[in-house]
This record gives sequence, structure tokens and C-alpha cells, in this order.
Amino acid sequence: MSTRSYHVAARVLHWSMALLILSMLFAGLAMVQSLEPWHLTLLQLHKSFGVVALVAVLARVIIRARFTPPPLPNSVPPLQKKVAKLSHILLYAAMFAMPISGWLMQNAAGRPVVVFDMFALPSLLPQNLALYGFLREFHGWVAWAFIALILVHIGAALHHGLIKRDGVLQQMLGNKPKD
Amino acid sequence: MSKPESSQLALRYAIIAIVVGGLALLFYAVASGLGQRIVTAQEFVDYQEAGNPHLGFRRAHAKGFCIAGEFISSNHVGPYTTASVFNERSTPFVGRISTGGSNPTAPDLASSVRSLALSFNPGTRDAWNTAMNTPPVMPVRTPDAFFAQANAFAPDPETGERNPERIAEFLAAHPETQAAREWQASYTPTGSFATETYHSINAFFLVDDEGSKRAIRWSARPSSHTVPDSVIELDDDPNALRNELVARLENRPVMFDLIFTFANEDDDETDPTVFWGDDRTQRLAGVISIHSATTEAEGNCDGINFDPLILPRGMAATDDKILRARSAAYAESYRRRARENLFQAREGGSQ
Ligand code: HEM
Ligand code: HEM
Ligand code: HEM
Repeated sequence: MSTRSYHVAARVLHWSMALLILSMLFAGLAMVQSLEPWHLTLLQLHKSFGVVALVAVLARVIIRARFTPPPLPNSVPPLQKKVAKLSHILLYAAMFAMPISGWLMQNAAGRPVVVFDMFALPSLLPQNLALYGFLREFHGWVAWAFIALILVHIGAALHHGLIKRDGVLQQMLGNKPKD
Repeated sequence: MSKPESSQLALRYAIIAIVVGGLALLFYAVASGLGQRIVTAQEFVDYQEAGNPHLGFRRAHAKGFCIAGEFISSNHVGPYTTASVFNERSTPFVGRISTGGSNPTAPDLASSVRSLALSFNPGTRDAWNTAMNTPPVMPVRTPDAFFAQANAFAPDPETGERNPERIAEFLAAHPETQAAREWQASYTPTGSFATETYHSINAFFLVDDEGSKRAIRWSARPSSHTVPDSVIELDDDPNALRNELVARLENRPVMFDLIFTFANEDDDETDPTVFWGDDRTQRLAGVISIHSATTEAEGNCDGINFDPLILPRGMAATDDKILRARSAAYAESYRRRARENLFQAREGGSQ
């Protein structure tokens, strides 16, 4: 059983980003269908908080490089460790791919990305229909892959916490594992 | 480490299954419309396609061509809005002139609605898109009523004809359609895109440098120099009106006065079914000067989504339910045609 947990900054970021990303996914799926007056407000919030998520994931990689995460307990077989590592890499990839594709998609549409009505991000791409088509579909495909990953991730975390009870969930919760 | 009892273990597996399965189900349900109380963007655009999508084209106002030119501001409305378009002397635009309907090869003269759409400063905070139509008012106030109207007026799938009973029933339930119907009855299409008046229909707010808001609608009216009749004879070419505009542009730019109509004290800016007459304060915001026209294939308006809620600093959306509904519907149509363009599935349009 491992005795260390993730650095407090990594834990705070993990849980706040989990909440943020789940909200972003639900908001995205709901708003693209809605003709209700709140569509405009939700779209602006989606874009603004999406940029927050991009900044947060940047901070998270830095923290992760700076503070070595605790190792998985030895009870976890090597292959499973590799799978766990790969799944974390994929989660990071999705955390970058979603906001970046969102931003670029808006560039290709010629729409500004205004963050909380304060400033606009630079436009990095020209307005282009096929480019928009690719980025718009990419934003949708990655969203569904991300959802699948998150579900597996939560399943695995709960499996560690409730069935194996090997302290892996505690590493992220930050409580001292009790014996 | 103590292993839990087997009955406890079953419970724990059940908890995991409920959490993960429940979340998966929730994602699926939200993606398939859970919580959507009114007609959705997808349903609306499906309706516009009428089971026969013209791949690669806009699902509404499919027939059109690109224009380019500049807006020359009058300096009369600068005090009411910080928008750069109305404070700088001139701003270039790319636009599109179109007719209503979902068929990209329909004859210009067959449609009862003509449109002018403009896009300024793409990609910046001063980006402004507007899509204007010939009618000055909407028949209804909500997307649901708009959808109901579309269905009431649609031809019966069996007989292929409109059902007068359904139409009468709809109109009786929607007295707000009155102003739109009166306008329709009084309107005769002109012989040129240059001689029509195009309306924002929905109201918007101007926001000044102190943050005060004023509700306005705008219209693009043919400038006084405009030749009133068709400059060439309109033949049965499906692009007759486009040809006419191109012929005009050979001599000089086609110009419109952009007029702002300010709401009265009693006007409800959220209601697009009520006509705002000329007794209100009006200001000339500037002149729209069209310099060139090109086909969609040659021009660069195809990539533009003329979403009327792309508004610059100094302008804001009102709570008009029709206006608010437009953004998501335009985005769905834009997404479909963008995807079709990506996969090279675009049909041949009008040349
Ligand atoms: C963590 C970050 C993000 C997540 C999880 C996320 C998620 C989503 C999801 C699930 C959808 C619906 C997709 C579909 O139905 O195919 C969506 C749509 C959208 N997202 Fe994001 N998004 C993120 C960041 C961003 C950012 C940063 C922007 C722009 C700056 C953005 C702009 C948009 C837009 C404009 C749409 C709607 C497109 C349309 O109306 O067709 N997103 N997003
Ligand atoms: C949107 C949702 C989520 C995302 C994107 C996400 C992402 C990640 C990532 C990238 C890691 C690797 C450690 C790091 O660098 O921070 C991680 C670890 C972890 N996550 Fe999540 N997570 C999410 C939700 C959850 C939830 C809901 C739970 C609990 C039920 C959870 C439990 C854990 C645990 C226990 C670890 C530690 C695994 C280990 O030590 O190897 N996560 N998560
Ligand atoms: C609930 C009401 C409305 C819905 C659902 C709707 C829907 C649409 C859709 C889906 C498109 C195609 C967009 C694209 O692919 O780029 C479109 C285009 C257009 N709409 Fe609407 N519309 C509505 C109301 C209005 C109103 C009130 C006006 C006039 C003021 C208007 C004027 C236009 C124009 C001019 C275009 C063509 C723009 C272009 O040239 O691309 N629409 N509409």
C-alpha cells in the first residue's frame, strides 16, 4: 500500500478540473441543441470557461513535472500500471485537445473568442469552411472519446477505492490511508 | 488489509456500476435531448432540409452569391454606440445576397423573400454579422410558433397541397401574425436586389461608452441615387436578379442607406411581430456601398455564418426569443455544410 498522496496543488487541480470538465461536456452537448434564449449566455460561458480549462491544464502539467506523483502500489501488476499510465496520457491529451480545437474552430469560423467579456484571444487561423468542418467535427469526436475515457477512469478509481482498497483513491483524495 | 464480506463486495460493485452506468446514461440522455423543452436546432434544420438536403449548401437562403464593398459611417450614431463600424470612417465588408428557401438552384424570381447579409471585422472583438430580409416584421414571437407555422403551411404529404384548415387554425391561434400578413399583402417584389429594403427585423441594443443601452432596429434602404427599374431585362435565367445586379455594378457601386430606428417608450424590443413605423426617431448610420459581386464558388462568403448574434463591442442582443433562437440553428446548418465541404460532398450549385 502506498503512503504518499499527490501534491495538494495536483489534488486541488484534479478535482476542480474534474468538475469543470464534466460541466463543460454537459453544457456543450445541451447548448448545441437549444434554441432557448439562454443559448447565447451558455455559449459565452462555455468559451470563457474552456479557456480557463486550457490555462488550468497548462498549470497542471507544470505541477506534475515539478512534483513526482506517488507510484502505484506494488499489488498493481506491471501491465496494468502501463495501462494506467497510458490512460492518464490520453486524459491529458483530451484536456488539451478540447479547448485548443474549440479556440481554433472559432478562428476558422471568423468568430472571436472573448473571455468573460474582458479580452479576446488572438485569431490564429483564417476563416475557412473546410477547416471549420474539420475542427468542429474534431471537437465533437474528441468530446465523446473523452467521455468514454472519463467513465473508464472513474470506474477504475472506484474499483481501487471500494474493491481493492489499495490506497490509490486516497492518493488523490489526500486522506491518510487507514490500516 | 481486510477483504470485505462477499455480500458487501456485491454492494460495492453495484455502487460502481450505478455511478459509472448512471453517468454514461446521463451523457447519452443529454446528447439526445433530455431537458430540451422546445423544438431543437437539429429538428429545425431537419425541417428546413425537408428530407432532401442540398449537400454543402446553407439549409436556408441556399441560393445566393457573394458581394464585397465598404461601409461608410455617417458619424450620426457614434454617440450611441462604441462599435468601431460606426465610429471609423469606413470598414470593408464581405456579404451575401440571397433568396429564401433551401434549394441552391431555385430561380431568383421564384422566392418571396430576398436577403442581404454583411460581415465585418471577422475574428476580432469588433466582428459584426447581420442577416437582413425584405419583410419588416416576423409573423410570430417564438421558435416554437415559427416551427408550428412552418408545419401548418407545409404541403400535405398525401395530397401535395396546403391544407387550408390547418392554416386557418394556426392563424386563429396566432393573431400576432397580423402585421406580417398585412405587409405581405401590400408587398410587390421589385425588379432588382438593389431596389429592395432589407430589415434586421429583430431589435438589438446599441451600447454607448457609459454602458447605456438603446433598443434599435435597422434597415438598408436603396440610396437616392439608385436607378429605380431593372437596368437589364429580367429573362427566365434562374440567375436573372444576380445578372441584373452585376450589370449595375459595371457602372457604379450599388448603395444602401443604413437607417437606425430607435424604440419608442412603449415599444417592446423583444417582440419582432410589431411594426416600428417612421414616427420613431431615425438616424442615418452610414452607407453600404457594394463594389463587386461574385458566385459563391469564386467568392469568399461561403465560409461565413451570418449569425446575427456575432455582435461587436458597442452592440448587444435583446431578449427577443426569435433572435436568440437564430444562433444555434445557424450553427447547425453551418456545421452540416462545413462537414459536407470537408468530405467534398458538395453538390453542383448555380454557376
Ligand atoms: C475543456 C474544454 C472543453 C470541453 C470539454 C468542450 C466540450 C464541448 C462539447 C461536448 C460540445 C458539443 C459537441 C457536439 O455536440 O458535437 C462543445 C461545443 C462547442 N464548443 Fe466546446 N468544449 C471545450 C472548450 C471549448 C473552447 C475553449 C471553445 C472556444 C473558445 C469551445 C467552443 C465550442 C463551441 C463554439 C461549440 C458549439 C459549436 C456549435 O454550435 O456547433 N469549446 N464543446
Ligand atoms: C473529468 C474528469 C476527470 C479527469 C479529466 C481526470 C484526470 C486524471 C488524470 C490526468 C490523472 C493522473 C494524475 C494527474 O496528473 O493529475 C488522474 C488521477 C486520478 N483520478 Fe482522475 N480525472 C477525472 C475524474 C476523476 C474522478 C470523478 C475520480 C474519482 C472517482 C478520479 C480519481 C482519480 C484517482 C484516484 C487518480 C489517481 C490515480 C493514480 O494515482 O494513478 N478522477 N485523473
Ligand atoms: C427562428 C428563426 C430563424 C431560424 C431558425 C433561421 C434559420 C436560418 C438558417 C439555419 C440559416 C442558414 C445559415 C447558414 O448555414 O449559414 C439562415 C440563413 C439566413 N437567415 Fe435565418 N432564421 C431565422 C430567422 C431569420 C430572420 C428573422 C431573418 C431576417 C432578419 C433571417 C435572415 C436570414 C438570412 C438573410 C440568411 C442567409 C444568410 C446568408 O446569406 O448566408 N433569418 N436562417
